[in-house]
Amino acid sequence: MTLELRGVTKQVAGQHWIHATDLVLAPGSMNVLLGPTLSGKTTLMRLMAGLDQPTTGHIHWQGQDVTGRRVQDRGVAMVYQQFINYPSMTVYDNIASPLRLQRVARAEIDRRVRETAAMMRLTPMLDRRPLELSGGQQQRTALARALVKGAGLVLLDEPLANLDYKLREELRAEIPRIFEASGAIFVYATTEPEEALLLGGNTATLWQGRVTQFGPTPQVYRRPQDAVTARVFSDPPMNFKPVQVSGGEAVLDGTRWLVDVPDGRYVAGFRAPHLTLDPGAGTVGLSARLDATEITGAETYLHLRHGEDRWVGLVPGVRDLPAGAALTVWLDPAHVYLFDEGGRLARAAPYAQAA
Amino acid sequence: MTTTQASRGSAVVMTLYLLFLLVPIYWLVNMSLKTNAEITGTFSLYPLNPTLNNYRIILTDPSWYMGYVNSLIYVVMNTALSLAVALPAAYAFSRYRFLGDKHLFFWLLTNRMAPPAVFALPFFQLYSAVGLFDTHIAVALAHCLFNVPLAVWILEGFMSGVPREIDETAYIDGYSFPRFFTRIFMPLIASGIGVAAFFCFMFSWVELLLSRTLTSVNAKPIAATMTRTVSASGLDWGVLAAAGVLTILPGALVIWFVRNYIAKGFALGRV
Repeated sequence: MTLELRGVTKQVAGQHWIHATDLVLAPGSMNVLLGPTLSGKTTLMRLMAGLDQPTTGHIHWQGQDVTGRRVQDRGVAMVYQQFINYPSMTVYDNIASPLRLQRVARAEIDRRVRETAAMMRLTPMLDRRPLELSGGQQQRTALARALVKGAGLVLLDEPLANLDYKLREELRAEIPRIFEASGAIFVYATTEPEEALLLGGNTATLWQGRVTQFGPTPQVYRRPQDAVTARVFSDPPMNFKPVQVSGGEAVLDGTRWLVDVPDGRYVAGFRAPHLTLDPGAGTVGLSARLDATEITGAETYLHLRHGEDRWVGLVPGVRDLPAGAALTVWLDPAHVYLFDEGGRLARAAPYAQAA
Repeated sequence: MTTTQASRGSAVVMTLYLLFLLVPIYWLVNMSLKTNAEITGTFSLYPLNPTLNNYRIILTDPSWYMGYVNSLIYVVMNTALSLAVALPAAYAFSRYRFLGDKHLFFWLLTNRMAPPAVFALPFFQLYSAVGLFDTHIAVALAHCLFNVPLAVWILEGFMSGVPREIDETAYIDGYSFPRFFTRIFMPLIASGIGVAAFFCFMFSWVELLLSRTLTSVNAKPIAATMTRTVSASGLDWGVLAAAGVLTILPGALVIWFVRNYIAKGFALGRV
């Protein structure tokens, strides 16, 4: 039950939508495809499903080459961002339809439909039609239909993106439970780093049609291989600042701290929550200018300008600061990643190495 | 005060409008219930001696009622044919991009714009040559020329309103294409199919030139039969009027059934 992509590429009208990709998804694993819009998540997923054929390369499923095999024979399941159900059928018939096509016995169909519906909390809605349900229930119906057939590969393409906040939280909490119960390979596409972290499993970060890194989610988050991965896997995006290392010391705004990398030019990267407005033990002060603040109830986003670089800071509490003000923000060097000039990771942030 | 005046004013306008609209139809029904003597001899707003004799003549004389039967046969054939051809064609236009698809789509529509008279001669000669002249299928096929493009145009609009993801979900679930098309897709565009069928039915029913040119006896349509009464013994006004009333009926019936979808149909599904 392994899905393997070998040198898969996809070109449309001369443009590379997916660059050569090798990916091995282990049996019964949760895999998150993380990347911004148009990074190739959906394209990659459609290749996995067999809805589109790769331009070059092969897709192996359970050791067999399934490249070019009809999607009907692939035994996959897929849920879209839009709530896709069969509007003319009841919820019961919607869930039952893949089983009927597999010519499962009637009693068995009934048992499995009711079991799946109970898991998705749809039991009271079985006689209704999908369009008479709320968005969350419609998406549950789509999920139920994807799960009921017991496919070995379940593809979820931003399944929660069209739901309102509350429902999204609710359903997201259920997905790991559903995943545990199914034993299938799950592939889950999302644009949100937070969602990837909550789901756990493995994460593949995508950027402009390339898988930049694939590995256990916490590891990809804490030790991104390169600056692009770090940027994709940070929300708000990671802040960057060129630094010079000489004599084992990095210099930033006149402040120095010890680093264990060879001398040269590097790019320092750090995430928004690691900027603070108050100095702490061992922190480095950086003078910046405030462009704007965004207050989200309990937290404040600071949009800063440091020389030519734009940074985003996230500090707890409501901080009402005047736009245009000069202020000093503080950064613990333990939270700073160093990337070399080619963008490869030179040194992970010490706090991440410890974790 | 002013509002009651305004509403009274609009009521008057509406009444006048309906009156003018219905006068010809009323007069047709009026005539159909009179004797020829009354029609030609006196002016009366309603039948003085109402009679159903005109209708009796039509419903008992095969040379009359066969006109209706012939018309219905080729109209139904045409509607079925047009839909059978247009459904896959519209699906292709709505789902696939292929070389020249937009041009082809436009070209289909230009068929719709040409007057039938243009095609009467080639059809007549062709059908005579292949032995299709004076058959129902001949008229049905000829009417496809302008009904298929229309049906494709209407259905394409409705089909494009169905997200492509539904097709893909069905394939992933294991539906084969024919099964998906009949079990999932067609119910989704049922109102579109209804509207397309209605338009095919109506255009085929009212079309006179091609149907008259391509038939002589065996498949003679009602509209052609109606012109016969001119010759015999002067003009048989009453029977002709009754035939007219009976010709309106099928259309009115069909309109009644699809009245809820008709506006959507005129928008060609692009709402």
